[in-house]
Amino acid sequence: MSAKRDVKTYWKLFSSTFCLSAFTFGGGYIIIPLMRKKFVEELHWIEEQEMLDLSAIAQSSPGAIAVNAAILVGYRIAGIPGALVTICGTILPPLIILSIISVIYGWFRSNPWVAALLKGMQSGVAAVIADVTIRMAGDVIRQKKLLYILIMAGAFCATFFLKINVVYIILSCVLLGLIAALLAKRREAKAP
Amino acid sequence: MTLLKLFWSFFQIGLLSFGGGYAAMPLILEQVVTRNQWLTMAEFADIVTIAEMTPGPIAVNSATFVGLKIAGLPGALISTLGCILPACVILMILAYFYYKYRNLAMVQGVLSCLRPAVVALIASAGLSILLLACFRDGSLPKALEDVNWLGVVLFGGALGILQWKKPSPVIVMAGAGLLGMLLYQFFPGV
Repeated sequence: MSAKRDVKTYWKLFSSTFCLSAFTFGGGYIIIPLMRKKFVEELHWIEEQEMLDLSAIAQSSPGAIAVNAAILVGYRIAGIPGALVTICGTILPPLIILSIISVIYGWFRSNPWVAALLKGMQSGVAAVIADVTIRMAGDVIRQKKLLYILIMAGAFCATFFLKINVVYIILSCVLLGLIAALLAKRREAKAP
Repeated sequence: MTLLKLFWSFFQIGLLSFGGGYAAMPLILEQVVTRNQWLTMAEFADIVTIAEMTPGPIAVNSATFVGLKIAGLPGALISTLGCILPACVILMILAYFYYKYRNLAMVQGVLSCLRPAVVALIASAGLSILLLACFRDGSLPKALEDVNWLGVVLFGGALGILQWKKPSPVIVMAGAGLLGMLLYQFFPGV
């Protein structure tokens, strides 16, 4: 892994991630193909297979996928300073846009037309989330593993009906996953 | 004290939102609405809507919004920092190990148990927004008058279109918003 450390590289990293972040609507999954296009096809800084692995790491780590992918790409190209540059490039656009929105939010919200617009959009966003949830729950059920279905049902009851803190639910599932992964590894070692 | 609280709340959101996209939503709801009451449920629904309509991750968007509201610009910066700091540390460690060993089986084993739970948490947070959109006071209805029928119709229509045609979510939300803006004028008091 060769690190490039000159002003031109940093600037290219910053401007690329800034543009990707400023014009990527609709969530983190979309940014990965766009990053691949930029860094693999246009700049030839990262290899195809490596980019796939980096995307897998970005998606399996906690945090926003766009930020995670930017950290990995920056780190790959120019080490820790590179990662800091790409983080700035990725979070500045939402930081600026949301600052502007929150300044006008009070006026925005008290306008009856805007209030009706937001009320209508609330139904839309509920539908978008329902659509995503139906698709994801379908994927879990299609795996036909009792453990996963039980986890899904249990986590839903725990948060929606019992109002258990989400933090504890996630931590218990991490623990459960660790135990399951260790057991699977042991079984693999025992098998002839 | 407030800054420290903001930092710690968004640090937890950044540390525990596995799965990207909507996975941060239930954690933000827990920290920002349930525990600290920095936003009302309606404001939270607005923030999810705004995050969907603007570029950028929902966690960073809400960190900026909540931070600014509670403690001005320093609040926004501290919250954003808190929300990306765990990812910075974890990803650099993972990247180091990846380039050394190129083996992520253990990480993926843990994730396979986490994914169903994340789906359930997203469903629960989504249901809270749905209740807000379809019922008068955002909880399960006690009488038929509590139902906001226009909200129910818009939700049903939008979901139908999403399942049937798979258009971009931004277009569906903009459509629901514009229809709402026109139709809510005829149904005042909802």
